[in-house]
Amino acid sequence: MPHSTFLRFMGPSLIAMLLFIALPIVSIVVQSLYVEHPQVLITSETCQPFGGCTTTTTVDASATAQLREDEPLGQFNGLGTYFDRNHLAFREIREILRTADGVGDVVSRIYNLPLYKALAFTVTYCLLVTPLAMILGLMIALAVNTVPQMLKGPVIFFSLVPMLITPLVGALILFWMLNSEGILGAAIQNIFNDPNLSTRTSAPLTWATLIAYGTWTNAPFSFIVFYAGLQAVPRDTLEAAMIDGASRLERIRYVVLPSLKPLILFVLLVQLMDNFRVFEPIISFNAAANATSLSFLIYSSLNTQTTQLFGSAAATSVITIGFIAVLIVPILLRIARELSTGRG
Amino acid sequence: MTVQRTTLVSLLALLAAGPALADCAIDGSGSVRILSNDFEALRIVDAGAQECASDAVTVTANATTEHKNIQVPALTANPAEYTVAMIANNSIVPLLGDDLIRPLDDLVAQYGQQLQPNQLIKIDGKIMAIAFMANGQHLVMRKDLLDQAGVAAPTSWEEVLTAAQALKDQGILETPLSQPDGGTWDLAAEFVNLYLGTGAEFFEPGTANLAIDNDQGRLALQTMRDMTQFMTPDYATNDTDATAQLYRDGKVAIETNWGSLAATLIDPAQAQPEVAENTVFAAAPTIGGGTIPAAALWWDGFAIAKNISDEDAAASFQAMMHAIRPEVATAKAEAAVWLIQGYQPGPAAVGVVANANGGARPYPMVPWMGTLHEVLGTELADFIKGNEDADKAIADITAAYTAAAQQAGYLQ
Repeated sequence: MPHSTFLRFMGPSLIAMLLFIALPIVSIVVQSLYVEHPQVLITSETCQPFGGCTTTTTVDASATAQLREDEPLGQFNGLGTYFDRNHLAFREIREILRTADGVGDVVSRIYNLPLYKALAFTVTYCLLVTPLAMILGLMIALAVNTVPQMLKGPVIFFSLVPMLITPLVGALILFWMLNSEGILGAAIQNIFNDPNLSTRTSAPLTWATLIAYGTWTNAPFSFIVFYAGLQAVPRDTLEAAMIDGASRLERIRYVVLPSLKPLILFVLLVQLMDNFRVFEPIISFNAAANATSLSFLIYSSLNTQTTQLFGSAAATSVITIGFIAVLIVPILLRIARELSTGRG
Repeated sequence: MTVQRTTLVSLLALLAAGPALADCAIDGSGSVRILSNDFEALRIVDAGAQECASDAVTVTANATTEHKNIQVPALTANPAEYTVAMIANNSIVPLLGDDLIRPLDDLVAQYGQQLQPNQLIKIDGKIMAIAFMANGQHLVMRKDLLDQAGVAAPTSWEEVLTAAQALKDQGILETPLSQPDGGTWDLAAEFVNLYLGTGAEFFEPGTANLAIDNDQGRLALQTMRDMTQFMTPDYATNDTDATAQLYRDGKVAIETNWGSLAATLIDPAQAQPEVAENTVFAAAPTIGGGTIPAAALWWDGFAIAKNISDEDAAASFQAMMHAIRPEVATAKAEAAVWLIQGYQPGPAAVGVVANANGGARPYPMVPWMGTLHEVLGTELADFIKGNEDADKAIADITAAYTAAAQQAGYLQ
């Protein structure tokens, strides 16, 4: 293909990628190196309905505004934000490693730092939900494939319902059902005969609930992709395997799965990236006490009642991008290898 | 048909325009655009201001619980997106910090004869906002259940715990207490209330250095923890709306909740009949032998944006004066604890009034309080579930607050 044709063909996509992907990333990287200006403080007399007039400290609005005007990005902080306690916390970790007694103590004290706490849940969620949802999706796809033709439409529709429900709403419904007054919460208390059992207060149970919810809501995506893939599995190979006396499991293992492999890699890639930015269920389940994620940290840096911490949010975003890269690079390499050997 | 429709339309027009023409006469013209939080009393005020709409004056109101997140960007624009920002102790702080609201002295002199001196929020002698209602979390309890257990109405948190123990021991209620320990904002507010009740200060005077590493801080935390043993197992996810619902359903006997929710607890249409009938309100309990109610006092009020024309500012101020005129306090007495002239507290106002009379302290107005509130909300979660002790919680709060305050430019 001549270069000019290639450029004309790819040009619009490249420009869009530059505008909507590359530039925002550059912008947050720059922002993450800055923090707010020092606030200029003055004392002033404040009178309000209760307690009368008192002397309080307030921000000198005009002086602070002048500082902002001079340097709108804020105060240069270098990598300071990345290293502080609310992010990578290197100083705290060194301190923990120096003073801790035993591995358990190290783990529990590092887990107490906000970023690592969020990372622990994010990674666990990502590594459990991705395979579970894919396995569930594949099982549904295999099952639906054997359903009689006239039932396929409705069955497919119902299998897709979790994907159709807004994540925030779906999670909220489950959250209410798990209330100790709710149908699931009360049932669980009954089964285990423990009136103090709450899936919402115990951390392991909250994690389990969130992972179960994640699997439920993500399975339909895998299902619909795999179902489409199943239609393309070579029929004659399957029939040959049957004649050779292969059982259903063996046919899936040796015929179906290998022909779905490119799709499996694709779904794996998409789901890993998707699950790594888990956020909505944490809000819906009011689960921040037991489980936070990197996306949740970004949200709480920005959703503040007073000063929005843009530098902090940007630093967390950059760290998130870093982790996603670590997570998906092996898969991307794998795909590249497959492509270069002429498959896919 | 046509005749009927015309009659209907003109009747509707009369209904809509009649009172406005009669009641609210704005001197001049302009545009009034209100941004407010979303609860009953503020909706009443919004509606009152909207009566002032006429050919010369347009009035729009946006009531949203997200108001704190949009007010700064919306008022930074020039001209500002909203002319009136309804604010409270905490939400006025960022507007003052960014210099987004205008002094009201001239407008008060010209149009504000109805205002009482304690409604004026003054910073360095300049009137920056007008307060019109008070709010706060106060004690709510079931008289019948306390009588049944043979305990007197508690006035301190220590007595609340004793009463809860009695209610539980006698099998009257399995979970007699319910405090909002879920939802990060509510959890932080719980600590702020108790700590204010001890009389201690959050910060070293004149600086943003945190000063809660003391006996009072530990007492507040210990009290929060002690209460959880009498709560439903879901306590760590219950916010004030959830605890209010538990109360209305008759599942708990004692809790503290907002004055602005009090009316719903004694309304037979919303609460169980025995709850509505037997509920009593009182000042928030004291803590650790203190004498003041352990609850922050809040005021709600309004400020006028700086980046708008003087005509819009004058029209906005007059519309708000109409919205909080003395008749509102008498006609809608049950909706809020009004600070408006001529207000007679009704049955739902007892708690907030008792808080104020008991000398409860206002929610701190220092700029870094918001940062501390955020940090408290996230860091207290581990403590309230019983995963860490008070010393560890205070150390975590201090470390997280210091990092966040440095980010925000309050600490160097």
